[in-house]
Amino acid sequence: MELLLATAIGAITATGVYLALRSRTFELVLGLTLISYAVNLFIFAMGRPVAGRAPILREGVPTTLEHYTDPLPQALVLTAIVISFAMTAVLIVVALKLREASGGDHVDGGDPVDGGPAGDDPAGDDDRPKRGAP
Amino acid sequence: MRPAESLLPHLAVLPVAVPLLAGAVSLLLRNAGWVRAITVVSLSALLVMSLLLLGQTAGGASWTYMLGDWPAPFGIALAVDRLAALMLTVTAVMGIACRLAAGTDGSRRFDALLQFQLAGLNGAFLTADLFNLFVFFEVLLAASYALLLDGQGTARLRAGLHYVTVNLLGSSLFLIAAAMFYGVAGTLNIADLDGRLATLPASDVGLAQVAGLLLLAVFAIKAAALPLGFWLPGTYGAAAVHVAVLFAVMTKVGIYSILRVHGALFEAVPQTASADLPLAGLALPWLLPAGLATLVLGAAGALAARDLRVLVAWLVVVSAGTLLAALGLGTVSATAAALFYLPHSTFAAGAAFIAVEFIARRRAGPSAPDAADYRINAAQPLRETPWVAALFFVSALVIAGLPPGSGFIAKVLLLDAAAATPAHGWVWSVVLICSLVVVVALARCASAVFWRSSTADALLVETQRTAVGGRGLSLAVLLLLACGLVMVVFAHPVSGFLRQTAVALGAA
Repeated sequence: MELLLATAIGAITATGVYLALRSRTFELVLGLTLISYAVNLFIFAMGRPVAGRAPILREGVPTTLEHYTDPLPQALVLTAIVISFAMTAVLIVVALKLREASGGDHVDGGDPVDGGPAGDDPAGDDDRPKRGAP
Repeated sequence: MRPAESLLPHLAVLPVAVPLLAGAVSLLLRNAGWVRAITVVSLSALLVMSLLLLGQTAGGASWTYMLGDWPAPFGIALAVDRLAALMLTVTAVMGIACRLAAGTDGSRRFDALLQFQLAGLNGAFLTADLFNLFVFFEVLLAASYALLLDGQGTARLRAGLHYVTVNLLGSSLFLIAAAMFYGVAGTLNIADLDGRLATLPASDVGLAQVAGLLLLAVFAIKAAALPLGFWLPGTYGAAAVHVAVLFAVMTKVGIYSILRVHGALFEAVPQTASADLPLAGLALPWLLPAGLATLVLGAAGALAARDLRVLVAWLVVVSAGTLLAALGLGTVSATAAALFYLPHSTFAAGAAFIAVEFIARRRAGPSAPDAADYRINAAQPLRETPWVAALFFVSALVIAGLPPGSGFIAKVLLLDAAAATPAHGWVWSVVLICSLVVVVALARCASAVFWRSSTADALLVETQRTAVGGRGLSLAVLLLLACGLVMVVFAHPVSGFLRQTAVALGAA
């Protein structure tokens, strides 16, 4: 089971990193989501998961980790899932707004296929004269 | 020691609870007057509370507050000591400066977002638990995403996307590191971890080292250290001025976390020099080179900047590099110098962001400044603006670390502390050369903006006179410069307090 879990986490992370390095916001969002899935599995694995032991107290069973799965990582995963879910939603909204504003889903705005990123550039090179200058 | 049986211990939770509550209530209210009243009450309460905590801890008191009085291994712990109280005070001042600078520019939800951001910052400074540090990081980041996007513009959206992406990756790394710590030590309470890491079986030491260095990488992302800090200039350069003022404190969260977590876990300040500990000084070999490299990059970036706000953002990188280098020296005096530099650079960066905003608003006249107004060039006339020029001069003096600014004292303390360490050659040369480069960059910027702009544009002088001043901005910049002045005038007691703080950190 260790090998399966470790391989799965590794594969998901690798896929996520690959997607996150691509230039489209859609792939970026997918990649970050996959990475957060892998992280959640990793936290879960760090609680030394064992089959057949619930983290819920039962009558007459001593309250030690011999008899139960560690509940804390599960609580941590729950928090992490909620947070990463919310952050993914924020990222999607920002990506959609950027697409709306710049007309493409490149991470730098614009659509490079249709000829370079669009949008204004605050650190651009042109020292264009101020509006209203003679 | 625990203060007497009174309400005082509960003061520890209020800096988180008050802004959280104020933010929640101001989200529900529609009346702008009520929202403003709540903001004023909350911000002044924060300042009073942090000053009270500062007074309380100055004598050496520190205590742990268990939320809901749950017993120690299960409950959520907040810890108050000198360092936490210092950071709370700096945050409260920056919060007030941010609200003043915003004036009426902020969006409808700005007040609530500011409160949530302050709650997250204060929580990060107070928590004694690694996982809650993560949670408070997320709270402050979530608020900062919204604050950064406050306002319009494709540039801001693009910077926002990059900023959110970088921080999401950072959060993932943080979770991996925290999970690994839990896996090897079975706890996430920082004080508890410290004890368990000391008695770790040899087979787990490698895992703990990986976790510690991953955590260092996460904090380096927040602190904008090379090579993880390239998100900062674009982000800060695109933010609205009041947001940039608040963000000046955000890189300091990374520095604080390195000091707190690595100081506690890995004896980054090896006062109790127990060399037999397997993890002692884990972060030290990385901090000094990373800090010096960040310093060089920041100075080069400042020299190359063509936009006023990007210039100041690079100066924030310079301050992060200086702080990391000081921490990397690993002595008590160097940490004390870093603690002096930390509030100074926060106030100075805030003041500089406001100073360049004044330049842009002068140039823009009655309309709102656009990207062209922030360019460092001679295209726009800036005549008859002695106050703007003086303000820029003073801010530049303070942020570049020239006498009589607070940065000068901080740098003297740092160089003095470095003299006793084997790395003094590197630290002295890099810090001094970078200071010179920063001075050159600021001087070049000022001469382009103020002196070379008076040709052939005399026609425009009339419109310049009607420029928008912004009373809130003036108040905010005066507040920040006054804080720097206080640090200069009371340099001796302040540095004494910070030295005690550094000693306490080393002994922790």
